[in-house]
Amino acid sequence: MTQAVLERPPGRGDLPSDVHHDEGPSGILKWLTSTDHKVIGKSYLITSFIFFVIGGAMALVIRAQLSSPNNALVSQHQYNELFTMHGSIMLLLFAGPFAFAGFANYFVPLQVGAPDMAFPRLNALSYWLFLSGGLIMISGFLTTGGAADFGWVAYAPLSNATNSPGAGADMWIIALILTGFSAIFTGVNIVTTVFYLRAPGMTMFRVPIFTWNMLVVAILILIAFPVLTSALVMLFADRHFGTHIFEVQGGGVPVLWQHLFWFFGHPEVYIIALPYFGMVTDIIPVFSRKPLFGYKGMIFATMAIAALSTGVWAHHMFTTGVVLLPFFSLMSYLIAVPTGIKFFNWIATMWRGQIRFTASMLFCIGFLLTFLVGGLTGVLLASPPIDFATHDTYFVVAHFHSVVMALVMAGVGAIFYWYPKITNRMLNETLGKATFWFMFIGANVTFMPQYLLGLRGMPRRIATYPASSGFATLNLVSSAGAMLIAISALLLLWNFWISWRKPVPAGDNPWDAHTLEWATTSPPPHHNFNSLPPIRSERPVWDANHPEAALTSHGASLKSAGGDAL
Amino acid sequence: MCAAGIPSVGAFRFCSVNMDSSRRARPETGFVQGMPISSSRRIIRSLVRPLEARSAVYITAAAAALLLAGCNAPTFGAYRGATTQGHATFKLWQGSVIAALAVGALVLGLIMWAVFRYRKTSDEIPKQTQYHLPLEIAYTVIPLIIVAVLFYFTVVTENQVDALPPHPAAVVKITAFQWGWRFHYLGHHVVVEGNDVTGNVPELVLPVGQTVRVILVSNDVVHGFYVAAFDFSRYALPGVTNRFDLTVRHAGTYPGRCTQFCGLYHTEMLFTVKAVTPQQFQAWLISKAGDTRVRNTVTTGSHNATASGVGQAHLPRTKTSAGAVSVQPARVRKAA
Repeated sequence: MTQAVLERPPGRGDLPSDVHHDEGPSGILKWLTSTDHKVIGKSYLITSFIFFVIGGAMALVIRAQLSSPNNALVSQHQYNELFTMHGSIMLLLFAGPFAFAGFANYFVPLQVGAPDMAFPRLNALSYWLFLSGGLIMISGFLTTGGAADFGWVAYAPLSNATNSPGAGADMWIIALILTGFSAIFTGVNIVTTVFYLRAPGMTMFRVPIFTWNMLVVAILILIAFPVLTSALVMLFADRHFGTHIFEVQGGGVPVLWQHLFWFFGHPEVYIIALPYFGMVTDIIPVFSRKPLFGYKGMIFATMAIAALSTGVWAHHMFTTGVVLLPFFSLMSYLIAVPTGIKFFNWIATMWRGQIRFTASMLFCIGFLLTFLVGGLTGVLLASPPIDFATHDTYFVVAHFHSVVMALVMAGVGAIFYWYPKITNRMLNETLGKATFWFMFIGANVTFMPQYLLGLRGMPRRIATYPASSGFATLNLVSSAGAMLIAISALLLLWNFWISWRKPVPAGDNPWDAHTLEWATTSPPPHHNFNSLPPIRSERPVWDANHPEAALTSHGASLKSAGGDAL
Repeated sequence: MCAAGIPSVGAFRFCSVNMDSSRRARPETGFVQGMPISSSRRIIRSLVRPLEARSAVYITAAAAALLLAGCNAPTFGAYRGATTQGHATFKLWQGSVIAALAVGALVLGLIMWAVFRYRKTSDEIPKQTQYHLPLEIAYTVIPLIIVAVLFYFTVVTENQVDALPPHPAAVVKITAFQWGWRFHYLGHHVVVEGNDVTGNVPELVLPVGQTVRVILVSNDVVHGFYVAAFDFSRYALPGVTNRFDLTVRHAGTYPGRCTQFCGLYHTEMLFTVKAVTPQQFQAWLISKAGDTRVRNTVTTGSHNATASGVGQAHLPRTKTSAGAVSVQPARVRKAA
């Protein structure tokens, strides 16, 4: 039955059998030995989504513990393990790899018209390093001392062998070194692919914004991840080889860890965020039936964000008293400008469009609204005095969760958008819209009260609070919101289940989309393209389908579809 | 439409100057109540009126009204700052939040307008506009101006908060350790030390209206000195000595705690600030300087060990580490 439903009409996309080169092993052996970017991309997507579910389950335990004062659902030690692993898993095993290794692996070659990534075997190595690193990290729970419990930032000297003995902490360090190498290899692969494997006609200023953002992210990875990896090696040496790099007693400097960590950590914020910005930037024009407004401005904004992001790390250290406050404050403020450009470009793209409210588009609008809150509170935090008042409180927790929940919404929007391309099956739209409302309302109910909690003085990473603190009601509301987010995740899983059991065929281009991945079949053949459409703008598929609707700009006369769109 | 950034600049300065005079008397009204009725009507109208140009004018007007309303009341959830330094931060907070709300309202209005006005009504392909250079320059330059103004006020406030004028009335050396605090009043030989893990929250006594210099150090890992009502926190870093001033404005008791995660009992690393009159403060110092006895008697070790920062009373819940003070009872005594 499945086969019957999925069968495509003959014609486009059907190859003569001798063109296929994938006569290798099948089944699990094929998966284990594959160097196909689509197989690796899917492996990344599935693996990191499982980590997302695990990290989300930890968040639910955390919210359950905080839902009432003096709660003892978990011990203080268990609580410390939970928030450490929640942060580490969500940031380093889910948010990053899901986008820059999962979606990027699958779609960067397709969007530039390449048959595969530049280094397919390195790509496979990346995945296996990532998987083993992730498994090592969560296996920390199986050791006698438990998993790492020094927070995902692992500030020295709390993370040294004296204060945090035990194998769980070592496994956390080793895991991050492995996933760090995985990220570096992926970065090398993406940069090379975008620079050297573009199809004829695909000039840099015709590359889709998602791929542009992935290129910038890959460069940021190459800047940031080696710093983290070497800092982790130093930490490991302090713990086991008798060095004193971060120890006062041996003449070391504990605050050096903070500098190294955040020199990685702040670019990492944009390594996580920019891919999702790219997804939204690809999706909004499609469902507005318009080109992206300010395409080049968007690229320069991305570059500006990336450049500034390497000079703002010490805004995580305003309260250390050892950093130059005005410099890092100004750089942090300035990031608001390119981010604002992106916002106005997204809005101007929708302006005077014909907006279709698919689940994917709803998630993008949810992203805009939630990221607006996270972005504006971020501008507030760029001010050192305001940071003094709110640092390490729930205000900061709420700020970055607004941001990352916005990214999660963008990611789910991208799932709805690209799932048909990956599987040739549609996800259920009605269920998708329900997923959106649960997630959007849930995210805001969860994190809005946390802004107030932080301003009223609730610090982060505390296992409980007394009834007299006045934190109880807002925490209960926040925990209720977390349940709504959990329901939305279950609805998404249910949607996958439905599409697996009762597939609805998608076709090659169900959204009337713009970019090159929609020119091939769903799913694409082994080497991606049987033929390529002419690439004369950043919307080759749109140009082929709507030759009469060419790009225009303010004050300019209509250009012909075949002309120079730039 | 983008002109909303301009009034926010003027009103910002207006706020930060005038906030002080009316701060104590008025009740903390909600943000919407504090706004004139006509302006809230104007917002609603501006969102439903179909003419775009006119609605942009209304949004600008509404944002300006919000800014003016902001000067009257709201704290936006923050403490007013019980120290002069914290109060400077609070005023910066008010001004910045007003600017953020104005920008947020504008962007939210634009998003909602686009979403409701431009939903799909036909199969006609809209005009494929891709660039509008004047508009793009406008929304690059105006945010630049806004953040430049915010940055200016940030630097002014930061210099107030971090100022270290000569001749403070008292100097307190605060030592943070896992998981408690020691307050050493330099020149008076008074040491207060305590730990909530044993149920003894140490008390930091400060004089109202006088500037107290704090010298903040850590014995073991990174801690955070934080008093919510002061709108202030600072890390206690091993190997680094931090200095800051506290000038408490109002007598009272303010809860404080460690905010930087510091290990197993981080949750319980509490202290209290008690602000008293300068006379009471002097009397307290004199009374404690003569007091060599240990309060809340639990076994104590040698006194000179305390002065060098090495702990002695290892209670059952301690987690020891080299050079770290472990769980200790609160006490007030004359330093060696």
